Amino acid sequence: MSEATFTRPVATDDAPQLPGLLRATWLVARKDLAIEFRTRTAFFSALVFALLGLTIFYFAWDPTAVAAIDLAPGVLWVIFTFSGLLGLQRSFGVEQADRAMDALLAAPVEREAIYLGKAVANFLFVAGVQVIAIPAVALFYNVPLGSIWLSLSGIALLAALGIVAVGTLFSAMAVNTRLAELLLPMLSLPFFVPIVMAAAQTTSRLLAGRPEAEAWPWLRILLGFDLVFVLACAIAFPYTLDE
Amino acid sequence: MVAEPSGHPEQRARPVVEAEGLVRTFGGRRAVDGVSLFLRGGECLALFGPNGVGKTTLLRLLAGLLAPTAGTCLVGGVSLRADGGRTARSRVGLISHASMLYSALTARENVEFAARMYGLRRPAEAAMRALQAMRVADRAETPVRALSRGLQQRVSIARAIVHQPLLLLCDEPYTGLDEVGSAALTDALGERRAHGAALLLVTHNLAEGLALATHAAIMRRGRFVRFEERGAVDGASYASAYRELVTADV
Repeated sequence: MSEATFTRPVATDDAPQLPGLLRATWLVARKDLAIEFRTRTAFFSALVFALLGLTIFYFAWDPTAVAAIDLAPGVLWVIFTFSGLLGLQRSFGVEQADRAMDALLAAPVEREAIYLGKAVANFLFVAGVQVIAIPAVALFYNVPLGSIWLSLSGIALLAALGIVAVGTLFSAMAVNTRLAELLLPMLSLPFFVPIVMAAAQTTSRLLAGRPEAEAWPWLRILLGFDLVFVLACAIAFPYTLDE
Repeated sequence: MVAEPSGHPEQRARPVVEAEGLVRTFGGRRAVDGVSLFLRGGECLALFGPNGVGKTTLLRLLAGLLAPTAGTCLVGGVSLRADGGRTARSRVGLISHASMLYSALTARENVEFAARMYGLRRPAEAAMRALQAMRVADRAETPVRALSRGLQQRVSIARAIVHQPLLLLCDEPYTGLDEVGSAALTDALGERRAHGAALLLVTHNLAEGLALATHAAIMRRGRFVRFEERGAVDGASYASAYRELVTADV
């Protein structure tokens, strides 16, 4: 017999209790964050990409032709979108190596929990990149964020939510294909357009000191997009898993 | 050493797998074509067959990784379709030649993650017990990427048995294992059977499969073409019958 006694305890208080949706979501997210914390490859890649992108835009910018306040919102959200894709690419990539995805799918958790767990980890990843990228934009383009930092943080989180909701789903779809690295941006970017537009327009109105009422229509688009796509992608996710 | 089924007779007599007319198609091709299977606690089915006849697909159907195109499957009396398959899946352990581990996490973290996903009350203790059973507890804090292929396989087996599954699905589980690892696996499988679990063992090694089995089956073109009790199987004639069936497809 085996070296260790390996029998399931019979006491009822020791009986397993299958994790519910929220618990399973947290377990998947925590596992993904632990992997990223150990390797740090995707986060640093995304961060370096964001800072290099900013630098290139900065040197290509003619301040006499375009005012910083007009350019900065576009640069910020374009950089943010592309650096976010690097994190999304990795999301299901870690499950592909050694077919860890099989073990995840064999576990007694709802499929939606896998999607939501991945989305939570991706959201924190993207938010982490934003925490450094947004002040870097302010520094490069000398735009004052002091008075609008709270509103801008809210927009950044809403934009991150939309990007992550769509990107996580497409990451799951693309990962099994031979051209995953190409397919993910091709699938995702068209869906990111409304997010980037709404986020850039809202940011530019805030930076220009326009009345908040002017930003509301764009903010509503952002909110609507998030609401629809978080729900739709969570529902659609289990169907992407069927071979 | 193989542990003989020694659990409570009632526990061993319980049906563990009741599959009826399982079909799975990919495009127009039937990878599994009407397989029916009934296994009780303590029983072990050794499943043989050449590559591409549907053995792994059958395992994936029983593990709940694939939905059948037709047919039903109960694990421990619970359908794989009921409550999204969660209850049935909680009773299944899957061992494959792929490790299904996260290379950046340690052996303990991998097994503990599985224990949490299966809702075990004391995941850390359960993980250590499983690692001890596979004789790899001394490497518990080593990242999986730093382990040899054989040790990774042992950790993978610990991950699969941490929740004490009622049905163990093993796809070439001895791949990469050394003598100690093989003995640990054989002991762990024997112990699971002794406690009322059923095993389905897919292997190309007839001797290895027949040594553990209470039943043996050969699969061809998605179907069982032979299915018999181990007692009725003679190793030498079974090997030649298997070769005949395999070469008939070439």
